[in-house]
Amino acid sequence: MPKRTFEFILNGEPVQVEIEPYLTLLQLLRDRLELTGTKEACGMGECGACTVLLDGKPINSCIFPPLEVEGKSVTTIEGLMDAQGNLHPIQKAFIEHGAIQCGFCTPGMVLSAKALLDENPKPTEEEIRNGIAGNLCRCTGYLQILQAIKAASNQT
Amino acid sequence: MKKFDYLKPKTIDEALSLLNQYGKKAKFIAGGTDVIVMIKQKTMAPEVLISLRGIPGLDQIQYDGSLRIGPMVTHRAIEKSELIRKEFSALADAADVLGSVQIRNVGTAVGNICTAAPSADTATPLLVLATQVKIKSLKGERTIPIEAFFKGPGETVLNEGELVTELIIPKPLPNTGSAYWKHQRRLALDLPILGVSALVSLDKNTISCSDILCTTSPISTILHAMEQDQLVCKEVRIGLGVAAPTPMRAAKAENLLRGQKISDELLQEVAEAASKEAQPRDTLRGEAWYRRDMIKVSVKRMVMKSIERVVRPEETVFPVRLW
Repeated sequence: MPKRTFEFILNGEPVQVEIEPYLTLLQLLRDRLELTGTKEACGMGECGACTVLLDGKPINSCIFPPLEVEGKSVTTIEGLMDAQGNLHPIQKAFIEHGAIQCGFCTPGMVLSAKALLDENPKPTEEEIRNGIAGNLCRCTGYLQILQAIKAASNQT
Repeated sequence: MKKFDYLKPKTIDEALSLLNQYGKKAKFIAGGTDVIVMIKQKTMAPEVLISLRGIPGLDQIQYDGSLRIGPMVTHRAIEKSELIRKEFSALADAADVLGSVQIRNVGTAVGNICTAAPSADTATPLLVLATQVKIKSLKGERTIPIEAFFKGPGETVLNEGELVTELIIPKPLPNTGSAYWKHQRRLALDLPILGVSALVSLDKNTISCSDILCTTSPISTILHAMEQDQLVCKEVRIGLGVAAPTPMRAAKAENLLRGQKISDELLQEVAEAASKEAQPRDTLRGEAWYRRDMIKVSVKRMVMKSIERVVRPEETVFPVRLW
């Protein structure tokens, strides 16, 4: 079947791609656009490692049809740095609070945290837990992640 | 992954024509959180996906006396809807616990019932809310009650060429509360061991001491204290998920309660009747005997939660606060 061409905003920059229609958004980001920050773990929308933000809202890119991002804005973990190359406050908080061990859940976790704080700048602990409930971490036990997000929310 | 083409019609008629053109080779896709997973797991192998996302107006929650939910309304939109939370609470409860934030941003309630798992979180709330399902094809339209929509595990009565275009939920009677409880091991990203929904309409919306609902007293104690108020149950519906091949209504249990005064003894009878009516199986997530036991406990609690939402509406507390 013929490839499809479409445009969208990726990490703030307009981009045009031409892909087979049966790829997933994750494959588009990792394999074609070589943005390997977004990870594949379960591949079925059950772990959140593949989380990216679509118009600011977290989605599982491993099960998302890429043609649906046409005209929309996608943010990957690579897009969190500022123009000078400084880490986002959430990324800094994760580092300071030991919220990263193997790092595999981290891109998705940070993006879920960003979406949460953008919508709810001063979340309660329960709201944080609900906000990141779609991101599994096998290493940390989540405590440091909760502390990092709380710290990041206090800074904004 | 299996190769497929991905089409984006601009109107429902265009979508239906495409389905007619491709027949069995094509499937509709709304959010895709079930469809793409099933393609990856090879339980579905369409050659063409017909996306509903590009059709304007399908993502609307409307209220014109009836609540109308379009096929692209996401669980997240339902979760965030003040109207649904206050007036159609069981559905908001389901949206709270379904999947994860990421899934809810993409998945749809209509898609959830079309996949028709007996465990579907939105199914029993929609059952107790007396939902009608509007179905369209090139030949015309039909509207059926949601009880008639499910045929078996993963099977609906949708014929080839048909599309669900709307869920219509009638305005409940005054003094109505509803609730849904998902019995799950994790707080997110889990399928239910059991799903229980209830809707109760009372003859009044105040009791002499509504504060007793804020205690952690056993449910029997609270019910005994409420008996002096002689609350009458004018209407009741009880839905059970993962308790039969399809999401089901516990009709015999409902008949015991409808029109009667609320009391601890009666609710116990109702819960036991619901447990007998259910047809649970032994599965990965639990055995039949356990499900029957939990139906007895949770039907009583969900009826109580529905009553609480009538007499203490300012505290639409998530069902997790149980007695």
